[in-house]
Amino acid sequence: MVSTQQFCTFFLDGHIFGTPVPKVQEVIQHQEMTRVPLAPEVVSGLINLRGQIVSAIDLRRRLGLPDRAPDKLPMNVVVRTNDGAVSLLVDEIGDVIEVEEETLEKPPETLQGFAREVVRGVYKLSGKLLLALDIDRVVDLSDLNKAGNNREF
Amino acid sequence: MDDIVKDFLIESRENLDRLDQELVKLESDPSSKDLLGSIFRTIHTIKGSCGFLGFARLEKLAHAGENLLSRLRDGKLTLSKEITTGLLATVDAVRQMLNSIQESGQDGTEDHAALIEQLAALATAPPVPGHSVPASGVSEELLADSGKIGGVLLERGQVRPEDLARALEQQELGRKRIGEILVAHGAAQPEDVLAAQQTIESRNPEAAIETIRVGVTLLDRLMNLVGELVLARNQLLQFSNSTQDAAFQAVSQRMNLIATELQEEVMKTRMQPIGNVWNKFPRTVRDLALNCGKQIRLDMEGQDTELDRTIIEAIKDPLTHLVRNAVDHGIEAAEVRKQAGKNETGILTLRAFHEGGQVNIEITDDGAGLNGQRIRQKAIERGLVSAQHAERMSDHDLFNLIFLPGFSTAEQVTNVSGRGVGMDVVKTNVEKIGGTVDVQSTAGKGTTVKIKIPLTLAIIPALMVTSGGERFAIPQVSLLELVRMETGESGKGIEMVHGAPVYRLRGRLLPLVYLNRELRLSDAAGIQKAQGPAANIVVVQADGQEFGLVVDEITDTEEIVVKPLGKQLKGVTAYSGATIMGDGRVALILDILGLAQRGQVICSRDSALSDKETAATATRQESGTGQQALLVVQCGDQSRMAIPLSLVARLEEFPASAIEFAGTQEVTQYRGQIMPLIRLAQIVSGKKEIAETSVADSRLQVVVYSETGRSVGLIVDRIVDIVDEKLVLQTPSPRRGVLGSSVIQKRVTDLLDVPGVVREVIPGFAESKFSA
Repeated sequence: MVSTQQFCTFFLDGHIFGTPVPKVQEVIQHQEMTRVPLAPEVVSGLINLRGQIVSAIDLRRRLGLPDRAPDKLPMNVVVRTNDGAVSLLVDEIGDVIEVEEETLEKPPETLQGFAREVVRGVYKLSGKLLLALDIDRVVDLSDLNKAGNNREF
Repeated sequence: MDDIVKDFLIESRENLDRLDQELVKLESDPSSKDLLGSIFRTIHTIKGSCGFLGFARLEKLAHAGENLLSRLRDGKLTLSKEITTGLLATVDAVRQMLNSIQESGQDGTEDHAALIEQLAALATAPPVPGHSVPASGVSEELLADSGKIGGVLLERGQVRPEDLARALEQQELGRKRIGEILVAHGAAQPEDVLAAQQTIESRNPEAAIETIRVGVTLLDRLMNLVGELVLARNQLLQFSNSTQDAAFQAVSQRMNLIATELQEEVMKTRMQPIGNVWNKFPRTVRDLALNCGKQIRLDMEGQDTELDRTIIEAIKDPLTHLVRNAVDHGIEAAEVRKQAGKNETGILTLRAFHEGGQVNIEITDDGAGLNGQRIRQKAIERGLVSAQHAERMSDHDLFNLIFLPGFSTAEQVTNVSGRGVGMDVVKTNVEKIGGTVDVQSTAGKGTTVKIKIPLTLAIIPALMVTSGGERFAIPQVSLLELVRMETGESGKGIEMVHGAPVYRLRGRLLPLVYLNRELRLSDAAGIQKAQGPAANIVVVQADGQEFGLVVDEITDTEEIVVKPLGKQLKGVTAYSGATIMGDGRVALILDILGLAQRGQVICSRDSALSDKETAATATRQESGTGQQALLVVQCGDQSRMAIPLSLVARLEEFPASAIEFAGTQEVTQYRGQIMPLIRLAQIVSGKKEIAETSVADSRLQVVVYSETGRSVGLIVDRIVDIVDEKLVLQTPSPRRGVLGSSVIQKRVTDLLDVPGVVREVIPGFAESKFSA
């Protein structure tokens, strides 16, 4: 018996990332955001999600990837966390795919830095790799506050 | 847990809270049959319920309490302090058992044997001589049970107990209704029986359901939804203003009215009378007064004053603290009061009332009052305030020092006759919900603590401003006034000393915080830009400190719905939340207190209590990076001098005519003192006369320096700037009164040895205490 799990996938700087479908509340188009001065640089701003105020975290910055081109508008992947909804900004949204648990491997040793901490593992798909994100770690910015490496605007 | 047990817990807790109050009330009015009856019924209900639910230990305890109460009610005992204490202990024990039922489903392992024994002992105390004993024989159950006709009739004195007892016996034989039997025997009037029947029906819960229990989470959810509706309404109104469609406009007007009304009504559902918090106080005061050996009466006015439940929660602890303080430290012991010619019983009054959209709560005691002199001493000892400053403080200002952190420490509780512990916590908690605290006191007459708090926190009026292209909301509670300066005028109004901009507002110096700079919305040069053609200053208040927030534009006031920020933004102290504007976009709500701390308007304990004028200069103290705030002045011969800002008490301007002479020493009258004046130019240049500064220039710039309550004024030609510089002293200067030279703002500047200069001119300055 092969146990499978559904993953919602999205693209960041050419990589495929994914998170289990139940974690994802919804995917929405780019929204106008309100900038939050003094906030950690990974927080792009606040969006109004049907009356709920949701922080938007730029996943590229969060994972230490280069910023996307200014003319490319990101998509919002709104995820459920213990602290309510949080929006993750991604380049593009992918398909919902089914993965087999057997194909999961530990993140490769070459994966460095913070990305290593939030990538739970890698699923080997045909011809590509899916990096599974630990969403709760991604949205917990306490490591940033501790390190004090907020970018000075 | 079974629903039935849950209901039992909720109901019993409410009953116990009421018991606390009623027992304390009974103590002051021991003959009240109504009170006794009510207390007896409550205990009886608990006993009955737990018997039914199988909590044997609890039942046993309740039974012991009930026995004691029944003897009281029958007049076989009169209420004494011991009995009240015993009964209150029973209430506590029952409460403890209820907690254990909630946690484990069991009524605990403690059987309270000692307490039960004590209750039994109290119950068997010798009967009160000469007290009439009502007829026994009527079952206690019946007396307690006001749900039965016999009980009601008995309560009203419309039937004699012995008649009722006989009727009950007959009822058991013949299964007739008690009313019929009583009427048949002529023991009661038919109309009384009918009235009693109606009373019972009205008491019957099924007969008229007027309230239902609703979960708090549901109410919160409702409130959120109404918040959404209010926002949607705002959007709709904005839209309808831009169309000409009359029908649509009419509909949105109606929508507007309905939404407003709905908002008010839903707010009401969350309102609770403040009495819910106060109810615990009679017991607290009684126990505490007994402990301290004091006699205290607690009066309460305005228990019905309603507040949002979140606010009720938030003020519970501060209020308890204030009440305990008043009992512990405020009201004197009976003998002391007697000697002072006061009534031995102290009175503690709690008052609550609405005023101007806010709720005022006053806690007044008629105790000894605060001792201003001792507060002054203590504050100076603790370095909270300079001696000189303390001298000229009004009593009212002095009293409010008790709210400072650091004023209260454990040992002080015994030292100071005033209030001690944790008043700063009280203040912080009240301010957290947008309230204010103030204390007034008259020696020998008593003390009043006044708290002002907003009605609700969910929807608040706010001022909308823009800065650096972003919109922000400033809660109206922290708002004092708005100042707008037109072109040209702004250059005059804002005194631009680099690093510490100030504005003269009606003669007072108001520290300014540039919002765009504080939030790093624009380049560091923004301060010059912001000064541009016009400036808008929002004068706000945080922690008693006024300061001006310079913004680009002031737009409007609006009712906003406060929404919390996510955990990701918890570390940013500049915002207290966010809201959604009429156009659907998010705007941040500024946390004025946080901003003030960021802008270092309130940085340390010192500047928090320094008077408003000096706060302007205190804005930029040493910033921890080895930098030092320096006041750069010019005096004679184009020479620049630097004075550590920490040594500067104030900057003043005097007319030359204010100079008088004491002997050969130039002096001026300053805050009720004679302040010596030193012409810095004379000192550093060594020359005796520098004519041009004395008469020709009619205004004198004076830097006031203070040491242990004595002040001296240093006359300078011009105040150049305030700078944050790393001080690297080079080449010890041969000149008098100069410690050395340094390069400040790319110019060579001498660092003044202020204490040295002062002592050179006035030997023995601040050592002898002449002319205090």
